[in-house]
Amino acid sequence: MPYEIDIDPAWGAAIDRIIAAGAPEQGLLNENCLQRSSSLIQILEQTQKEIGYLPENVQAYLANKLHIPLSEIYGVTTFYALFNTEPVGKHTISVCMGTACYVKGAGEIVAEFERRLNIEAGQTTLDGLFTLEPCRCLGACGLAPVLTIGDQVYGRLTPADVPDLIEKYYLPTKGEST
Amino acid sequence: MEKSVTNDTDTDTVLVTIDGQETRVPVTFTVLEAARQAGIMIPTLCYLKGINQIGSCRICLVEIENMRGLHPACIHPVNEGMAVKTNTPFIRETRKTILELILSDHPQKCLSCQRNDSCELQALTKQLGLETHPDGDTLPFAGETSDFTLDLASPAIERLADKCIKCRRCVSVCKNIQQIGALGVNERGFNSVIAPAFGRSLDEVECITCGQCINVCPVGALREKDEIANVWQAIADPRKHVVIQVAPSVRATLGEEFGLAPGTPVGKFIPAALRRLGVDKVFDTSFAADLTVMEEGHEFIDRLQNGGNLPMITSCSPGWVKYCEHHYPEFISHLSTAKSPQQMFGALAKTYYAETNGIDPNTIYSVSVMPCTAKKFERQRSDHIYFSETDGDRFDVDAVLTVRELARMIKQAGIDFLRLPEQPFDAPMGMGSKAGVNFGATGGVMEAALRTIYETTSGQSADPIEFLSLRGLEGVREAHVDIPGLGGVDVAVVHGIGNARQLLEKIKSGEADYQFIEIMACPGGCIGGGGQPLVSGPQRMSSDEDYRTMRVHALFAESQDLPLHKSHDNPDIKRIYEQYLEHPLSEKSHHLLHTHYQERPQYAAQKWIPGLTETEDEDFIVVPPWQHEPGMGEPAQPSHPVP
Repeated sequence: MPYEIDIDPAWGAAIDRIIAAGAPEQGLLNENCLQRSSSLIQILEQTQKEIGYLPENVQAYLANKLHIPLSEIYGVTTFYALFNTEPVGKHTISVCMGTACYVKGAGEIVAEFERRLNIEAGQTTLDGLFTLEPCRCLGACGLAPVLTIGDQVYGRLTPADVPDLIEKYYLPTKGEST
Repeated sequence: MEKSVTNDTDTDTVLVTIDGQETRVPVTFTVLEAARQAGIMIPTLCYLKGINQIGSCRICLVEIENMRGLHPACIHPVNEGMAVKTNTPFIRETRKTILELILSDHPQKCLSCQRNDSCELQALTKQLGLETHPDGDTLPFAGETSDFTLDLASPAIERLADKCIKCRRCVSVCKNIQQIGALGVNERGFNSVIAPAFGRSLDEVECITCGQCINVCPVGALREKDEIANVWQAIADPRKHVVIQVAPSVRATLGEEFGLAPGTPVGKFIPAALRRLGVDKVFDTSFAADLTVMEEGHEFIDRLQNGGNLPMITSCSPGWVKYCEHHYPEFISHLSTAKSPQQMFGALAKTYYAETNGIDPNTIYSVSVMPCTAKKFERQRSDHIYFSETDGDRFDVDAVLTVRELARMIKQAGIDFLRLPEQPFDAPMGMGSKAGVNFGATGGVMEAALRTIYETTSGQSADPIEFLSLRGLEGVREAHVDIPGLGGVDVAVVHGIGNARQLLEKIKSGEADYQFIEIMACPGGCIGGGGQPLVSGPQRMSSDEDYRTMRVHALFAESQDLPLHKSHDNPDIKRIYEQYLEHPLSEKSHHLLHTHYQERPQYAAQKWIPGLTETEDEDFIVVPPWQHEPGMGEPAQPSHPVP
């Protein structure tokens, strides 16, 4: 067939492995569309872990392999905040914008990050180190305003804490590269 | 208390009380269907019989005794002894509020909307009494409104997302009935939008331009690319010789646009209407359909006798052809090389007709009236354009009007359609046989082709064979025909891309085997085409019989009285072969009446790999198509790994 999905062969191989690993127990190769769809979120999650984000060619590759319309996969990846269709930085700063955090000043925290990192919410710094991502309720309202960087949770913050947080992640990375 | 009882002893039924009326209904019914049987029309918006049943718009909310809150009637199943109220002050107020919330993010530019007067949202505002709102003419809940980019790139379908009310009927028909899934629900909450993935245009994805999404859209969010202005301009231009062809199924459906019930034949009014619009010649696509039967029939005989690619699959439906090119490139060499009737007519209008009447082909403006949006795409395929450096590019067909567009033109011209005199089509391309007219319904092409193949090879009359198993509206129909001189031929007729896909998969796996297959992209064939008059949700709900069945009746009523039964008996067809084309599959007909196909990408992220091209036959040369073809998108950019 003269048309091929334009994708890094290493990525293609990684996705093939993920699908193959999911196939026997989750019935991925079953013709039943519902079963395929129900495994979709796990497959997307693992693919994102492997590749970092889910660009168009990756989603098209998945659509082709899973026999699911691309529009359906894209619908899932844009519905859940978990998935990224654009490359993300090494550290994702997820600032909770739930009601409690919002009332306690989460907006000011986001604004301070935007000012210090010189990016807007949803963007990634030029050095690829930080992505600033306001998110839905993290379920830790007692710690409001709360945010996560990677797997770490930081609570009861004020805009004054922002420089320290950035430094904490910025300095080790800088140390690695020098 | 009224009581309508069908069968008291049946255990598969339950007794429900709706607004005080007892009615016995099948246990599989929803509250909405039960209410309908009791003569109560619950308002609906996202619900569409047989297509979309998701309970998302909440307009159909009802009260159910002993249950808390309100429940959507379209998805709530009935049970024994259930008591439902559909018309209390609380329900009326709630429905009104829901509608006001939907309208708060709707442009409300009804006066300049193509769907003014045929909009289901507009009809609901009247039905639910919004015009008597206490605030006068202002609706409550003014707030932020959507501002999406218009998607106007496709040659056939325009998407105006701001008008969309997210009922998902289009998503459902595309994904479940056609099994394509070009449209999906992207993003969430206020940002959610019904669109192809990654914000692509319909032109860049695997959309086959069948227009089924337009047929189900309750508002003006999806519509055909309007070509009326171009046609008016050509008619007004004294240098232009405007010829128009009318597809077979148009005569079975156009009346619906003028208030007639589905199933009312109006063919006799069409020639006069078109002449009053000001076109110079009124021709009938049924003539070209007869020609298609001749070419396709002989191509089949040739393939069968000389070891050509079988099964041969019809190529009249441009939506099906585009689907095959996107999704089943391995079947491209199985498509009949015969052009569709529209394109055969287009090619002949600017050659045979021009030459025999001494008209400069560059002054001919060729219009077709089609039940189809994909025909708008088809006319722009590179094979149907005569490229000339001196005269400019010349299209075989210059404009395609859907049935809806033709109706709008007739109304714009102030023509009282139903009081027009009965007039014939013009010669020499205005006479079609019964077989040609029956192209308008699923199975028509196959029946016509089989009759001609039978009589051509055996020399016997095929009249005793009724091919009745090929008629009807079942998704897949099969027949075995013994043709003296050819042997047994297994044929299948499929309509709706979802059904076609199932059949192709069976052929691939070896489960099924045929020699000849008719595939139509739209459910029902052309009478269910994406360019046909719209049938609203409430209309589909209120009728027991499918509107497509009624249209088939109208089509057969139209063809019933025609003197000619078979394509090869049509004297105009005999004449064109004698005077011009010589014989079917001649060099001239090969040049004018046959075409070739090309593989298309399924995803915008696919790129062309030239080294993989295989060419066995010059008819099936696969060429990089994006330079001058619509529907191809741009070649994908190389990907960049994460830094």
